Amino acid sequence: MTDQSTATEPPGPAGPPPGRARFSPRKKQRISRIVQYVVLVAVAVFLVLRIEWGSLAENFAKPDVAVQAWPDVFTVALKNTIIYSVGGFFFAFLFGLLFALMRLSSVLPYRWIAIAYIEIFRGLPALLIFLLILFLPLALPGFEVPGGTYGQGILGLTIVGSAYMAETLRAGLQAVPKGQMEAARSLGMSHARAMISIVIPQAVRIVIPPTTNQFVSLLKDSSLVLFLGVTGEYVELTKFGNDLASTYSNATPILVVGVTYLLVTIPLGYLASRLEKRQGRGR
Amino acid sequence: MATPAASATAVAPVAHAVEIRDLHKHFGKLEVLKGIDFAVEQGQVVCVIGPSGSGKSTLLRCVNLLEQPTSGRVVLEGVELTDPDVDIDAARRRVGMVFQQFNLFPHMTVLQNVVIAQRRVLKRGAAEAERVARENLEKVGVSDKADSYPAQLSGGQQQRVAIARALAMSPALMLFDEPTSALDPELVGDVLTVMRKLAEEGMTMLVVTHEMAFARDVADRVVFMDGGVIVEDGPAAQVIGAPRHERTRSFLRRVLDPTHTDV
Repeated sequence: MTDQSTATEPPGPAGPPPGRARFSPRKKQRISRIVQYVVLVAVAVFLVLRIEWGSLAENFAKPDVAVQAWPDVFTVALKNTIIYSVGGFFFAFLFGLLFALMRLSSVLPYRWIAIAYIEIFRGLPALLIFLLILFLPLALPGFEVPGGTYGQGILGLTIVGSAYMAETLRAGLQAVPKGQMEAARSLGMSHARAMISIVIPQAVRIVIPPTTNQFVSLLKDSSLVLFLGVTGEYVELTKFGNDLASTYSNATPILVVGVTYLLVTIPLGYLASRLEKRQGRGR
Repeated sequence: MATPAASATAVAPVAHAVEIRDLHKHFGKLEVLKGIDFAVEQGQVVCVIGPSGSGKSTLLRCVNLLEQPTSGRVVLEGVELTDPDVDIDAARRRVGMVFQQFNLFPHMTVLQNVVIAQRRVLKRGAAEAERVARENLEKVGVSDKADSYPAQLSGGQQQRVAIARALAMSPALMLFDEPTSALDPELVGDVLTVMRKLAEEGMTMLVVTHEMAFARDVADRVVFMDGGVIVEDGPAAQVIGAPRHERTRSFLRRVLDPTHTDV
C-alpha cells in the first residue's frame, strides 16, 4: 500500500523550484492522510494477530451465559435501574428547583444554605454519598429511609442530582429575561405568582436539554446502588451483571448489562441534542 | 423647579390620575431623577420627550414602582404608592404598562397572554376572561392571531397584543415606555393608530416617546426632560411648536432634523 501510494505521486519534471517547499500544502495533506491510514491498518493487523479471540469471546460473549441473563435483565434489573433513576431524577428536580430558588432568594441565609449544599454535594464523589447513606442508621438510631431499599437508592441519587440540578435551574431562571417578571408584576401579579406562572415555566423549558443529559448521568450513577448491598428483587443493572458474572466466573453478563445501558442512554443523548437544536431554532 | 402645569391646579377637586412630588431616584452614585414634580389628570394624554439618559423611562417606571424611588411621593388616584404599607400588587392592577420590548409571555398563546392576569389577578371566570381578551384583541386588530404564539407575530402585532393585555385589566392609567422604538419603521403606524384610538376614547396615558408627530397631534401636554429634571411642561403645540427653553429647542432641532449637527 505504501509502495503503491508513493508510486502514484507524479515525479516532478525537474524537482521543486528553488526557494519553495519541497511539497505543496495539498501534497502534504495527502501524505498526512496516507500515514494515518497506514497506522490504523497496522494497529488493526497487530490486534487481530495478537489477541486470542477464542478466549476473549469465551469470557465476554458466551451465548449460553448471556441466555441466563434473560429475561431478568429487563424485567428486574433494567426495571429497577429505571425506578432508581426516575425516582432520583424526580426528587432531584424538585429539590434542585428549591435550592435554585433559595440561591436566588433575597434572604441572605437561604442563599448561604443553598450555596453550601450545592458546593458540598457537587464536590463529593457520588460513591461517597452512597457509603454515607449506608451508615445513616448507625448515625441516627431508629431512623429508616422511607421506601426501604428503593428509598435509599433514590435518596442517594436525589442528593447527588439535586446539587447539579440546582445550578442548571438557576442558570435557567436567570436566562429568563428580566422584562418577563416586570411585565407580570405590572399586570398586578405578586412575585410568587409571577414566578409560578411566568418565570419557572420558561426556565424549565430552557433547561430541558441539559436536564436530559443530567438524567443520563443519574442513570449511570444508579449503578452505585450496588454499594448499598441490595439483593434479590432490588438489584439494578450493574449489580445484576456483577452477580451473574461471579456465578458463572464469566464476564458476559457485564457486557449484556452494558448493552442494556446503551439501549437507554444513547437514544436519550440523541433526544437531548435534538431538543437542543429545536430550542436553538425557536429563539 | 419646573413650572407645574397650570391645569394641575385648575382641576384640583378631582384626585389627579397620577401625582408625583419631589421624586428622586439614584442608581448607586448616579442621580437619575433630581426632583420631579408633575401630575396627570384623568383623561389626559401626556407625552414625555427628551434625550436618552434624561431619566424619562425611569420616571415612567417609578409610576408603577417597577423602580423604587429613592425619595419623593407617587400618588395614584389618591393612593400613595410610595407608602410602604400600600398593597402594591393591587395598585398595579390599575396601571397598564407597555414596554419597548413588548415582553409578551413566549410560552403562551396570544389569547393566554391576555387571559392569564385576568384569571390569576382579577379572579375572573374563564369564559368572561376569554370574552374580555377577544374584545381587546379585536380592538387592537389582532383577533385573528389569538391562537398564535408571540414568536409567530411581527413586532407591531406583538406590541398591539401587549396593549390588549394591559387593557384587559381595565386600567385607569396606561404607561407606554417607548412603545415603537423596537419596531421596524413600517410597523410603527399600526401601533400609533391603536394608541391614538385609545386617547380618543379618553384613556389616561403617560407616554415616553420619540415620535414627535404623535406627541404633537395626540398629546394634551408634552413634558421635556433633560438631565433628570423637567425642563419644560406645557401644551403639546407650545412645547413642540414654540419651545421656551434653549435645551428644548436644540433637542427638537436634532430630533426633527437628524442631519443637523450643532451642540
